[in-house]
Amino acid sequence: MTAHAAKTASSNTTRILGSRALLLPGLLLCLVLLVLCLLWSITLGAADISPETVYTALFNFDSTSFQHLIIQTVRLPRVLSGVIVGASLAVAGAIMQGLTRNPLADSGILGINSGAAFAVVLAVFIMGDPPLSVYAVFGLIGAAVGAGLVFTIGSMGRGGATPLKLTLAGIILTSFISSFTTAILISDQETLDKIRFWTAGSLSGREMSLLAQTAPLMIAGLVGAVIISRQVTTISLGDDIARGLGQNTGWVKIVAAVVVVLLAGGAVSLAGPIGFVGLVVPHVVRFIVGVDYRWVVPYSAIFGGILVTVADVLARVIIRPQELPVGVMMAIIGAPFFIWLARWKVKR
Amino acid sequence: MSQLTARNLSLAYENNIIIENLSVDIPDGKITALVGPNGCGKSTLLRGLSRLLKAQSGGAVLDGQDIWKLPTKALAKRLGILPQGPVAPEGLTVHELVAQGRYPHQSWFQQWSREDERITREALEITGVLEFADRPVDTLSGGQRQRAWIAMTLAQDSEYILLDEPTTFLDMAYQIEVLDLLHDLNLERGKIIVMVLHDLNHACRYADHLVAMCGGRIVAQGDPMQVVTEEMVQEVFGMECRIMPDPVTGTPMVVPLGRSAKLARQLDLVNECHVRVLASA
Repeated sequence: MTAHAAKTASSNTTRILGSRALLLPGLLLCLVLLVLCLLWSITLGAADISPETVYTALFNFDSTSFQHLIIQTVRLPRVLSGVIVGASLAVAGAIMQGLTRNPLADSGILGINSGAAFAVVLAVFIMGDPPLSVYAVFGLIGAAVGAGLVFTIGSMGRGGATPLKLTLAGIILTSFISSFTTAILISDQETLDKIRFWTAGSLSGREMSLLAQTAPLMIAGLVGAVIISRQVTTISLGDDIARGLGQNTGWVKIVAAVVVVLLAGGAVSLAGPIGFVGLVVPHVVRFIVGVDYRWVVPYSAIFGGILVTVADVLARVIIRPQELPVGVMMAIIGAPFFIWLARWKVKR
Repeated sequence: MSQLTARNLSLAYENNIIIENLSVDIPDGKITALVGPNGCGKSTLLRGLSRLLKAQSGGAVLDGQDIWKLPTKALAKRLGILPQGPVAPEGLTVHELVAQGRYPHQSWFQQWSREDERITREALEITGVLEFADRPVDTLSGGQRQRAWIAMTLAQDSEYILLDEPTTFLDMAYQIEVLDLLHDLNLERGKIIVMVLHDLNHACRYADHLVAMCGGRIVAQGDPMQVVTEEMVQEVFGMECRIMPDPVTGTPMVVPLGRSAKLARQLDLVNECHVRVLASA
């Protein structure tokens, strides 16, 4: 590349928050934005509820008020589910992209979401009406098995786990497992009725009790992600470089895999397989803050929360009074982005 | 005297044995070049010496200690390794890359310090990439990029710097720029440099010590002035050549004969010409 070409290229890749001093204020600003999105989302629904009523319902709850009840039992669990699911999927995507140096890495594309979804559907099919804790356990197991299978298939042959091979393995496994999921749902009306909406990725009808079962997994995953974020930056330089710098890459990978399974497994147990969040958010975030994962992780969490919250609002208002599953809304947003990414960012 | 050695080292990728029972001493204070044809095991040996590849048997020893028994960061503080053709994540700035060199000096309790910043800056200056510090690595030219990676290894502050084909994929001017830099690091900062080079003439010019490999074995080693002969090149590379003194440095210069008979016939003419040029100078 000539010096001139290098100069013009640099203007495209300069991050938005160029100065490190802006990173923390920027994060706080995004947090405020997230809270505003949440409040906006709570006011919307079959019956619009004023922001004042939302405020009193949250901080001065009156159990005789019908609107307060709706907010506490229906809308609050819904928005909280959205924010934690969005944060988890986005952070899982960020960690996977850093670790595998694969711009297409995402728990949806790499088969983890579909593994978790199949396990949950299987649990409902076998047990009929399983206790809520079963969702989380099966979600985790399914996520772990899905991740393991994709990595094993994707590493076969020459050159190990290249981005292209991992992506292909993920897409193949996803369509393979999803067809089994569909087979169960078609053959068994009862299972289908119970989780039809869930399998498309949905936040509607999330109960506080299911949120309480799955949130600890995701919170543990988010804390783990923050703890290993500095290590992810180092390993994103490549395995050999990281080892040459004295990093114990084996441990980092194991811990990162556990973190991803907690995040994606927890998110899918709660809201079904919502795709593209983990793909889209980290790219946008890196464009803003750069590639230091100590910042990419927290920013991804907040942006993921905002994205799913906004997608859920759109899913509810776009065909009112009906609503779309948020997973479908995310696909509408995410698919064009995926094509753009595959076109421009994947070199091999 | 040598602190870094390999003792009866055997290295393999899966079941494919590349190096068997090899011993070598890396001389202190010098630039050592590993040379040989493709697939001769020179890069593999470098990986074995830097713990990127686990030995099947035998081992690499630093100061009498098996490198696999040292804590990972303790080894990284003494020995830096730059693999072939490293690719930085898109958007990573030069400063961020070089700062990663401080990784082995940091821990949970010892995060980024003023000392880290000072050494990072120094590494940027020495390698001449300070002016690009805030530019993404992927926007630099090949030579600048390679110097940025060397700066990262330099920030590691290790006595040994191992490099796998540091000049591959670079234009000729950048190749010399990188080799000059490594030469300066050895001369002015006492870095012990071990590098795989595929250009024998570069190796003759820049290395104090040459290790020539073929088929996983060491065929010859020592001062390039003594080691590089027409017979050695024939044995190692399977190529006929003439050796002449490099007109600039006086080090051996390898001129391939090529297989064309026509070329071989013309050689005498060229020799004559050379003699005439030297006589007139």
